[in-house]
Amino acid sequence: MTAALFFSQLLNGLQLGVILFLVAAGLTLVFGVMDFINLAHGVQYMLGAYLVAVLSAWSGSFAAGLALGLLAALALGFAMEVLVFRHLTRRDHLEQVLATFGLILVVTEGVRMIFGSAPLPFPVPAVLNGSVTLFAGLNYPVWRLVILAVGLAVAVLLWVLVNHTRAGMRVRAGSTHPEMVSALGVDIDRLFLFVFAFGAMLAGLAGAMAGPLVSVEPTMGDKVLILAFVVVVIGGIGSIKGAFLAAILVGLVDTMGRAFLPDLLRALVGKSAAATAGPTLSSMLIYLLMALVLSFRPSGLFGGRPS
Amino acid sequence: MSGVPAAPPRPWRAHLTRPLVLIALFAAALALAAWSGSGYAPTLIARTAILALAAVSLSFLIGQAGLVSFGHAAPLGIGAYVVLIAGEYGITNALVLAPLGFAAAAAWSAGTGVIALRTRGVYFIMITLAFAQMLFYVAGSLSAFGGDDGLGIAARSTLFGARFLRTDTELAICAIALLGAALLALERLAAAPFGLMLRTARANEEKLAALGLDPFGHRLLALAAAGGVAGLSGVLLANQVEYVSPATMNWHVSGELIVMVVLGGTTRLGGAVIGAVIVMAIDETLGHFTEYWKFGLGLVILFAVLLRGAEVRGLLRGAAHG
Repeated sequence: MTAALFFSQLLNGLQLGVILFLVAAGLTLVFGVMDFINLAHGVQYMLGAYLVAVLSAWSGSFAAGLALGLLAALALGFAMEVLVFRHLTRRDHLEQVLATFGLILVVTEGVRMIFGSAPLPFPVPAVLNGSVTLFAGLNYPVWRLVILAVGLAVAVLLWVLVNHTRAGMRVRAGSTHPEMVSALGVDIDRLFLFVFAFGAMLAGLAGAMAGPLVSVEPTMGDKVLILAFVVVVIGGIGSIKGAFLAAILVGLVDTMGRAFLPDLLRALVGKSAAATAGPTLSSMLIYLLMALVLSFRPSGLFGGRPS
Repeated sequence: MSGVPAAPPRPWRAHLTRPLVLIALFAAALALAAWSGSGYAPTLIARTAILALAAVSLSFLIGQAGLVSFGHAAPLGIGAYVVLIAGEYGITNALVLAPLGFAAAAAWSAGTGVIALRTRGVYFIMITLAFAQMLFYVAGSLSAFGGDDGLGIAARSTLFGARFLRTDTELAICAIALLGAALLALERLAAAPFGLMLRTARANEEKLAALGLDPFGHRLLALAAAGGVAGLSGVLLANQVEYVSPATMNWHVSGELIVMVVLGGTTRLGGAVIGAVIVMAIDETLGHFTEYWKFGLGLVILFAVLLRGAEVRGLLRGAAHG
């Protein structure tokens, strides 16, 4: 294991972590404020990637595409809330699961009808293409560094928004004591509308950032959705801080596990056993982590409400 | 899930009528299909009965115990992989595979249940989903058994070497018989004190705790039983498709099973059978017109849930009075 390999994997892990954070932030707030289980959050990530890819190609500029795409993602968030989600709040979890599952099918198949199943081309913007030498022996792609920077910037922005503004105070209060906040005269349905749409935009941003690295296809949201669930469960529902720490943890454990666990096993148990157990074990790592956390803290690391 | 009253006790024979009617209908459909000489209809009936079996076991969890598992594709897939893996080692005897599939799936459901049952509500849904997804990726990493692509099974199951599943009609008979047996057994279990305990725990856990009762053991057993039945369904499914891949455990399968359970209604286990028939019917009719049939299924689900809302009921009532 060389230092360069180690650091590049470390950065990859952090970068996966911030992507997961962008997705999980909206998810955890929607869970927290309204006790709402939204399976369709992965769809919003997918839509973000498609919107930005299409609008960048159409406008010829990534910056314009990103700005328009995020606005469109925000608008779609509002539309989905008004058309579907507001009719499901305070309903049974089972009905929320069912309706949002139906929404996934409709949106995923809708995108497939329009764009086909083949991945959509989404090149890295020319200015940010290429790589920089971080230190001797480590060339790292600029785009991945941009993702890290954007993710961390959004995390700081969210931290300020949630902890130091009046709206953020309501969101925090709403995620732990919704009845009390409602009794104090805050329109919690309106709060939910904005939190939901904002979360949809963040998921869209994550999709747009990840787009050039993964293949942009209708089912791209599925894998991220499950990982975001793991992040939300580990971090504790409704906690932005928990989501951030859990996202970084999951990103690092998943990336580092896949990169180094097979080698580690080879050293410990021999080549043939490691060849079969290595990939299996490294794909299980984050779920084992989740099981471990839940055994000690059933409502996650920073879960406010015992669910 | 709160405020659901426990069903009043009824003589247990009363629970037999509906399952028997459903099984008779399935058998009649199969007889009709065999008589008409259609090659495809028995396959369709076998498939519907197999998925109905898995849906019935999930309905037991959701309807009786109030445990919304979003990972029921996992025990289903375990049953299927038992057929594949045992077949690679030359074991094709159904009398070995069925108990093995049941036991392996039940063990998985109970094992993950020990952790999942520490949580409630949204957490439970997400954790069962995450565990099933873990198994999905593990199955994808089994390069000896086809990895992500999966593998064809060596042969359909036998009875001590005798091939009793040569046609899909024979397979459909097996599936219908197992579906009937599972319906009767689970109905019986729901009518027993065991089921009463599950429904009470679902309706008011605090009250149960105040009485000094802990439903953990009952819930764990319910998870194991439902997982085992789903495992049996997986054993049949592998025989029907003659191919096993991680896609069997994809979370969309778990979602579709929930759709079947809810569309058919959770108050009675037979509802899941009707739900399975509805989903298969949508698949068949829309599937003929467009490859995007899931778009239609999604719309049906969305409207079914949204229209159950009070606004619409009020609107209809207003229209009736106006």
